Amino acid sequence: MVSVPDTQPAPLRRDRGNAVLGGVCAGLAPRLGLDPLVLRVGFAAAACLGGLGGFLYAICWVLLPPGGGDERALMARAIGRRESWMVASGLGLLVLAVLLLFRAWGLWIGDAVVWPLVLATGGGALIWRQSQGAEVVAPAAREAARPGGGAGRPRRILRLARPSLGIVALGAALVVGAALVFLWLNGALVPDRDVTLAVLVVVTALTLILAPWWLRLTRGLTEERAERIRTQERAELAAHLHDSVLQTLALMQKRAADPREVAALARRQERELRAWLNAGSRRERGASLAAALEAAVAEIEDAHGVPVELVAVGDRTLDERAEALVAATREAVLNAVKFAPMAAISVYAEVQDGRAEVFVRDRGPGFDLDAVPPDRRGLRESVLGRMERYGGRAAIHTRPGEGTEVELVMAA
Amino acid sequence: MLVDDHGLFRAGVRAELDGLVDVVGDAGAVDEAIDCIVERDPDVVLLDVQMPEGGGAEVIRGVAPRRPAVRFLALSVSDAPEDVISIIRAGARGYVTKTISGPELADAVRRVASGDAVFSPRLAGFVLDAFAGQEEAAPAVADPELDQLTAREREVLRHIARGYLYKEIALRLGISAKTVEAHVSAVLRKLQLSNRHELSRWAVQRGWVE
Repeated sequence: MVSVPDTQPAPLRRDRGNAVLGGVCAGLAPRLGLDPLVLRVGFAAAACLGGLGGFLYAICWVLLPPGGGDERALMARAIGRRESWMVASGLGLLVLAVLLLFRAWGLWIGDAVVWPLVLATGGGALIWRQSQGAEVVAPAAREAARPGGGAGRPRRILRLARPSLGIVALGAALVVGAALVFLWLNGALVPDRDVTLAVLVVVTALTLILAPWWLRLTRGLTEERAERIRTQERAELAAHLHDSVLQTLALMQKRAADPREVAALARRQERELRAWLNAGSRRERGASLAAALEAAVAEIEDAHGVPVELVAVGDRTLDERAEALVAATREAVLNAVKFAPMAAISVYAEVQDGRAEVFVRDRGPGFDLDAVPPDRRGLRESVLGRMERYGGRAAIHTRPGEGTEVELVMAA
Repeated sequence: MLVDDHGLFRAGVRAELDGLVDVVGDAGAVDEAIDCIVERDPDVVLLDVQMPEGGGAEVIRGVAPRRPAVRFLALSVSDAPEDVISIIRAGARGYVTKTISGPELADAVRRVASGDAVFSPRLAGFVLDAFAGQEEAAPAVADPELDQLTAREREVLRHIARGYLYKEIALRLGISAKTVEAHVSAVLRKLQLSNRHELSRWAVQRGWVE
């Protein structure tokens, strides 16, 4: 593969995969050509000298979109999702303590600046966090929208809380509060109450005016997202159909002269398509007797171009004895294919309370059981012997002109 | 009569049944089908399960009040349990898949016309599966007769699932072919009439019915 030189610089992102706190340093470091550790030390030092570092870090955190993998930062991973509120308040108190410490030490810019800044940063961070939460929810919702709802899949879906109006309102209130505190501390509020009132009224009016546009915008975004998901699914469907069905149809046209081959191709494609359509809607089956039987029958159908009908009632897990049963079934079916070439073959499997019975039946010519010479005991050995070795039993019922039925029984 | 929204398929079945069974008409949509059936009054209607606007079940529901004597045989591409069960419960007397051969289809049509039920091996398997966990059924069962299969019926169904014809089953079990048919009809009746918790629970468990 020819490697294309990277002419465009990669977009600036937070690297969540290699993150300690929020991935800011890990994300910025490659662009600046520095080691992330150097950046981290730099930020920490700047934080100590007047709190600027922490502030800068927080700004970068909210401004840089997350990237670099779904792994969460070291801290977030260590703490876990459930206690997010406790974590948030804990961190908040820690920051408060550090700020108060700086205040006591005299490394302070000034009350009037720092407190509003802190409040504003907190409120802004909350709002931005919520808006980013909305983006990550979409893939999870898409998983749910797929047929079957993804229920029962062991995959962990990264779940962020839906953007809750309450938290956004809280964030907005914090920002507004920060502004008010700033004004108050700087003495700009006291003289003119009317001015504050006027400002509040104007702000409310603006919000009311802009609200419908904002709502339309969000709705448009949601619709676009849904459209995108639909297009993706359609593309997936088209790709699958192209890979399998179109190929088979083309092949069938080429082999049109051989009806048996055409029928075999059609049957195989039908089975594959059915399995693909049902893949989401049926519950997933792990290793089970029924699934193993289906696989074995499908293999024989494909290899020999003979239709084999399988009906399965009940199921059990695939242990050693069940595997022996599947192998014996396969031998019986192969035998039917060999000696009853044009006949319909049907396999019926029933599992009740762990006890499995399989009947392989064909409508071929049948044969006389007693007349089989001892040196041609293929069926007997491969089927009967195998079953008996695992504690089951097998019986062959056949008569010339009446087809053959092989009965296999395996205890629980 | 043939009801299927695939025109090509209808033509094919007509050709296959030509000479074996008298085809009096065909229809490609639910409303058209209901009107046609009411008008021509056939003995048997070959009905596709999956059609737009309600499918085969809707046709049965539309025709039943006006022409109760008409019998329906479901013919479908799908052998998914949800399709099978829903059309049987709507009132079809049999279910075969579209890969069936012409003569076998004609035979099935004749059997349904004479009042029997036609069970494909797969349908028999579904029914056995549905009635399987019955031994520990709840004591307060509304109609025990409806909610369980007798041992004989179970045996007959097993043989059908194994691919035996009614004649062969009769031979093996030492009963007459008529008795076999009676058993199968009884099973069909149980499937149709029992709106019981077991069948619904079975279907819900497998996520086929909400």
